[in-house]
Amino acid sequence: MSAIHVTGLTKRYGDLVAVDGVDLDVAEGEFVGVVGPNGAGKTTLLEMVEGLRQPDAGVVEVLGEPAWPRNPRLQPRIGVQLQASSFFERLTAREQIRTFASLYGVGRATADGWLERVGLTDKAESRVEDLSGGQAQRLSIACALVHDPELVFLDEPTAALDPQARRNLWDLLSSINDRGRTVVLTTHYMDEAEALCDRVAVMDNGRILRFDTPAALVRGLDAPARIRVAPGVLSLAQAAAIPGVTETREDGDGVVLVTRDPAGVVGALAASDQLDGVAVQTATLEDVFLSLTGREYRA
Amino acid sequence: MSRWQQSPFWALSVAILRGFLRDKAAVFFAVVFPLMFLVLFGGILGNQDQSKVELVQVGAVPLVDDLPKDARTAFQQTFEVEHADDRDAALAKVRKGDADVAIEQRGGQLVAHYTQTDQVKAAITQGTLRAFVDGANVAATGQPPAYSFTAEAVEDDSLSVIQFVTPGLLGWAVAMSAAFGSAATLQGWRQSKLLRRLQLAPVGTGTIVGARVAVTLLIAFGQLAIFLGLGAAAFGLTLTGSWWMSIPLIAVGTLCFMAIGLLAGALAKTTEGAVNLANFLVLPMAFLSGSFFSLDGAPAWLQRLSDLLPLKHLNSGMLDVMVRGEGPAAALAPLGILAGFAVVVTLLAARLFRWETT
Ligand SMILES: Nc1ncnc2c1ncn2[C@@H]1O[C@H](COP(=O)(O)OP(=O)(O)OP(=O)(O)O)[C@@H](O)[C@H]1O
Ligand SMILES: [Mg+2]
Repeated sequence: MSAIHVTGLTKRYGDLVAVDGVDLDVAEGEFVGVVGPNGAGKTTLLEMVEGLRQPDAGVVEVLGEPAWPRNPRLQPRIGVQLQASSFFERLTAREQIRTFASLYGVGRATADGWLERVGLTDKAESRVEDLSGGQAQRLSIACALVHDPELVFLDEPTAALDPQARRNLWDLLSSINDRGRTVVLTTHYMDEAEALCDRVAVMDNGRILRFDTPAALVRGLDAPARIRVAPGVLSLAQAAAIPGVTETREDGDGVVLVTRDPAGVVGALAASDQLDGVAVQTATLEDVFLSLTGREYRA
Repeated sequence: MSRWQQSPFWALSVAILRGFLRDKAAVFFAVVFPLMFLVLFGGILGNQDQSKVELVQVGAVPLVDDLPKDARTAFQQTFEVEHADDRDAALAKVRKGDADVAIEQRGGQLVAHYTQTDQVKAAITQGTLRAFVDGANVAATGQPPAYSFTAEAVEDDSLSVIQFVTPGLLGWAVAMSAAFGSAATLQGWRQSKLLRRLQLAPVGTGTIVGARVAVTLLIAFGQLAIFLGLGAAAFGLTLTGSWWMSIPLIAVGTLCFMAIGLLAGALAKTTEGAVNLANFLVLPMAFLSGSFFSLDGAPAWLQRLSDLLPLKHLNSGMLDVMVRGEGPAAALAPLGILAGFAVVVTLLAARLFRWETT
C-alpha cells in the first residue's frame, strides 16, 4: 500500500490554476520533499492531500483511504504542521501541546517529552504570543508530531529556524523516518532537500516538473563540473590546454576549470603534480532547481 | 487524572476557559462593566426613594392634614406631598407628568386626579387613598375597628431600584458575553487558522461547539452568582421564591445569544467586525428590552416592538421569577420564545457559516 496516491489533482482559484493535474505516489516510509518557487502550488497540493481543501478534480488516497470529504479514520494517523502556525490564544507552550495531545488521546508526559525534543522546555511557561518566530515554529512542529502519526506533512518546517534548530530538526525528522514514518515536507532550502529526502518533487505553476532522487535529478541536469586550483599553481593558458577543459576563469582564490570530464581533468592535474588545493564542485540540487524553474521572480 | 479529563471535550473547554480568563478585556466586559451599572443603579440611584408617589395637595385637605401621627408617617412613606393653591396649575402638573396625583377635598369627598400613564402608581394611589378614607370613616364612628390591617411589604409592583435593575442588567451581561464570546471565538479562530488546524484533529464540530457552549454557560452562571451575591450582600437584593428558574432562563438565553454572536461571526470578515456587529445587535436591544430602565412608561408601539427582541423575554422572565414572586410557570413562555430564537438564528448562522475567510 502506498502512503499517498494522487491522480489528476487540480485546484483552481478563479482563473488561476493553483494545482494542475498532479499525479504523485509516495511509498510508505519514504521521505519526500516538495520544492518550487513561491506560489508554485506546494501548500495547495499538500492541503488537498491532507483533506483540508476540496479538489476541483482528481483523486487523493492517503494510507489507503479517500482524503476528501474529511475522513475521521485518517485524522489520528496523519500529523500536519501548517505553513501558518495556529494556536489557542493566551495559552502557554506547555498548555498548548497538552491540549493538542488530548485531542489525540495522548497523555501529558508524552506531550512534555515533545517540548523537550524541540528544545522548548525553558519556554514551557511562556504564552505562545511571547514566543519568537522560530520557537513558535518548533512548537507547531511538536504539536504535529505529538501523536506519533504514520504520515507527517510539514509545510516549510525550517522556515524561521536558526542553523542549530534547523540541524536539530533534521535529526529529529530523520529519526522519525528511520522508525518507518512517512514524511512529506516543503522547503526552499535545496541543501535540506538534498540532505533529508529520498525523493524530491520540483514544482512550478501547479505542475510537478520532476520527481526523483536528488542524485538522479543532478545527474539528469548533465551540468559541467567546476574544478578550482589554488592560486599560482597553474596559469590560465596551462589550464586551457588540459584536455576536456571547456572554459577557464581566474579570480583571487585561484583558477577555475569547467569540464564535463572531471575525472580526466583531475587525473591530468595529478600527473603534472598540480593537485594543490584542488576542489571539485559538481552541480547541486539548487542548479537543478534554477535550471528547471528559471530565475524570474514569481508573483 | 481521569479519562474524562483527558477527553478532547475537556481539553478544549479548559483551553477556551483559560483563554477567556486571561483576556482582561473580555473579563471586564463580561463581569466588571455590568457590575459597574449595578453599583450605579443599585447603590447610588437606589438611595433616592424613587417609588414614592408625588402628590399635590390643592388647598386644605383636612382628611390628610388631620391624620394622627402614625398614619401621617405611613402616608408620607407612600406619598411625597407638595402643597398648591391653584387647582388648574396642579392638574396641569399631573397632566405633564411632573406629579403623579393631585388631591382636593370637597366636603366629605376626597377627589384624586391622576393619569393612567403609570398604571402602577395609579393603582398605588387609588388603593392607598381609599384605605386612608376607610380608616378615617372608622375613626369617625368612634368605635375601635372590627378588622385591622397590617401592611407587610412584599416587593412586587413597587419594586425598589435594586430589585428591578438586577435581573435586567444580568440579562444584558449574559447576552453581551455570550454574543461576544461566540462571535470573537469563531472569527478569531478562523483568522488564526486554528479552526483549520482543529479540522485536522480527530475532533468533531460537535465537540468544538459543545466545549464553547459549556464554557459560555459556565461564565453565565458565574455572572449570575456574582450579580446575586453582590446584589444581596451590598444592596439588599431579596429574591423571591422561584428565583432558581433564572438558571434555565439564563442557560437558554445564553444559547440564544451565542447564536446571535455566531451569526455576527459568520457575517463579518474580521474579528473586530464580528465584535462590532455583535455590539450593534446587543446594545440597542438592551435599551429596548428594559435592561437599563423600565419600559412600563414607554409608548405602546415600542413595547410591542420590544416583544420581538429575545432579550426582552429573558429580562421579563427573570424579573417575574426573581423579584416579582411569580411561580416557575412564569418562566415557561420566555423559555420557549428564547429557545425558538436560538434555533432559528443558529440555523441561519449555520447556513452562512464558512470554514475559511476566503
Ligand atoms: N485561498 C486562495 N484564494 C485564491 N488564491 C489562492 C488561495 N490560496 C492560494 N492561492 C494562490 O494559489 C497559488 C499557489 O499558492 P500556494 O500557497 O499553494 O503556493 P506555495 O507553493 O505554497 O508558495 P510558498 O512557497 O510561497 O508557500 C498562488 O498563486 C496563490 O496566490
Ligand atoms: Mg506554501
